[in-house]
Amino acid sequence: MKGKRAGYWLVLPYVVFLLVFMAYPVLFSVWLTFHDWNLVSPEIPFVGLENYERLLNDDLFFKSLWNTLRFILINIPLQIGLALILAVALNQPLKGRGFFRGAYFLPVVTSGVVISFLWAWMLSTDDGLINGLLQKAGLHPVPWLTSEAWAMPSLAWVAAWKNLGYYVVIFLAGLQSIPKQLYEAARIDGATSLQCFFRITIPMLNPAMLLVVILSTINGFQLFTEPYIMTGGGPANSSLSVVMYIYKNAFQSLDMGYAATIGLVLALIILGVSMIQKRLLEKDVTY
Amino acid sequence: MGGKIGNMIKKGCLYIVLVAGAVMFVFPFYWMLLASLKTPEEVFRLDLIPSRITLDSYRYMFERIPVWKGLLNSFVFAGSVTLITLIFTSMAGYALARLKFRGRNVLFSIMLLTMMIPFQLLMIPLYIMVVKLQWMNSFAGLILPVSMNALGVFIFRQFFLTVPQELIDAARIDGAGEWRILFRIMMPISKPAVVTVAILTFMGPWNDLLWPLLVMRDQELMPLAQMATLFGLEGQGGQWGSIMAVNTMLALPVIVLYLFFQRYFIESVGSSGMRG
Repeated sequence: MKGKRAGYWLVLPYVVFLLVFMAYPVLFSVWLTFHDWNLVSPEIPFVGLENYERLLNDDLFFKSLWNTLRFILINIPLQIGLALILAVALNQPLKGRGFFRGAYFLPVVTSGVVISFLWAWMLSTDDGLINGLLQKAGLHPVPWLTSEAWAMPSLAWVAAWKNLGYYVVIFLAGLQSIPKQLYEAARIDGATSLQCFFRITIPMLNPAMLLVVILSTINGFQLFTEPYIMTGGGPANSSLSVVMYIYKNAFQSLDMGYAATIGLVLALIILGVSMIQKRLLEKDVTY
Repeated sequence: MGGKIGNMIKKGCLYIVLVAGAVMFVFPFYWMLLASLKTPEEVFRLDLIPSRITLDSYRYMFERIPVWKGLLNSFVFAGSVTLITLIFTSMAGYALARLKFRGRNVLFSIMLLTMMIPFQLLMIPLYIMVVKLQWMNSFAGLILPVSMNALGVFIFRQFFLTVPQELIDAARIDGAGEWRILFRIMMPISKPAVVTVAILTFMGPWNDLLWPLLVMRDQELMPLAQMATLFGLEGQGGQWGSIMAVNTMLALPVIVLYLFFQRYFIESVGSSGMRG
């Protein structure tokens, strides 16, 4: 058949791409985790499970994992809380909705590099805008990026600020898919606005909420640009993310095998989160 | 009429929330632009309007780094990736949607699976490949390893599934081959899919930092995002004005495109589950 041959030709470039730049690297990555290699030495000794053993005893790896989790745990409530407020406000029949939606989305399309430098400056301890405003209000300046306590929460805020508009759009789509009759029926039964919000809006938004949680989690595990630019992972490694730690091992210590091991563990974590996402979302589609 | 007053209060509160939100998202960009135009003495002052506008920060930036080169490199990088993606993922999408061949379903499943592979797993082996192929410091090394994405295939496939079979049959009766059908009939009627894939793909490499950081060493070849990062991290002796100037140069092209095609940006990013 003619269509059959054409089919093969049409998928060929993409299949070649998959094999060369996806399948082979994945296998290569797994192979690397069992080897010790500094990229320049001609010999690549097999070390068995040594890299994995090292990982289990590596405090800095667990610190970076804990940092990343902390980032996610601060980031998610911020995203959900603020995005929900803005989406509910935007869902009312008001003038200028398009303008507001457009404004909220602006940071989403802007480079993480731009946003990191912009906020690094606004959050800088001595001459930043935020501390300037705090001092004008008679408060003490906060070492946003230079203290162990504040560095990660500050990065979580910046990431939330960057992606909020995107989550507003997701929530807005969720809000608009809630049938109006539900609210009308509740009104007839004498429900107040607040009751409507907590008994109808929130439960009906569950699928959107879940999507936001999963997406922020996956994004969180991939955190790199913000700490790389804003804190360099410091102070005292308090904002070192897992990806930054991979980067340091691979490209500053040239420890390719070990870096690949961390990469694989990170990929498995992200894969696990994605699988849970698929499960939960499939279940929720049929409410 | 308590109801009417109540309504007005409610509306007022809503506008306050919306305007506060807009200020929160837009003001930092204004602050960035302003900083790039202020004199070094005034950069740290909180005044909303500077007493004097100057291009000194831009002059300093242009003296230190080849900004136009960086912009051009960014366009070459993001443009090539977008073009390659559009051509080859539409071909795969069309075959997966409308042609029957062995292995079709397997390929589709594998493709979906690759969407879950984080780049952080691939980056080390890809980096080693680039080194071994002697593609370091070259556009081939920068572009080819990230030149296609499963999302493109997925979006094109979904869109092509909705085209009526009669249209394809009619073209086949007229003697058109599958290539002709794809590029002369399917693509022209698939503008929404093309725009979605183009926007999503372009934003990736334009805003990317990690991959260029690994491949490009020569400043003359760096995309602007990488150039701006290295420039900024050198500190510039607290020259925040010039860092904000290069920031503005990096943000401006995408923001201008965004202002023109806002609706498409929001729809494409909103419908795909991807971040910028």
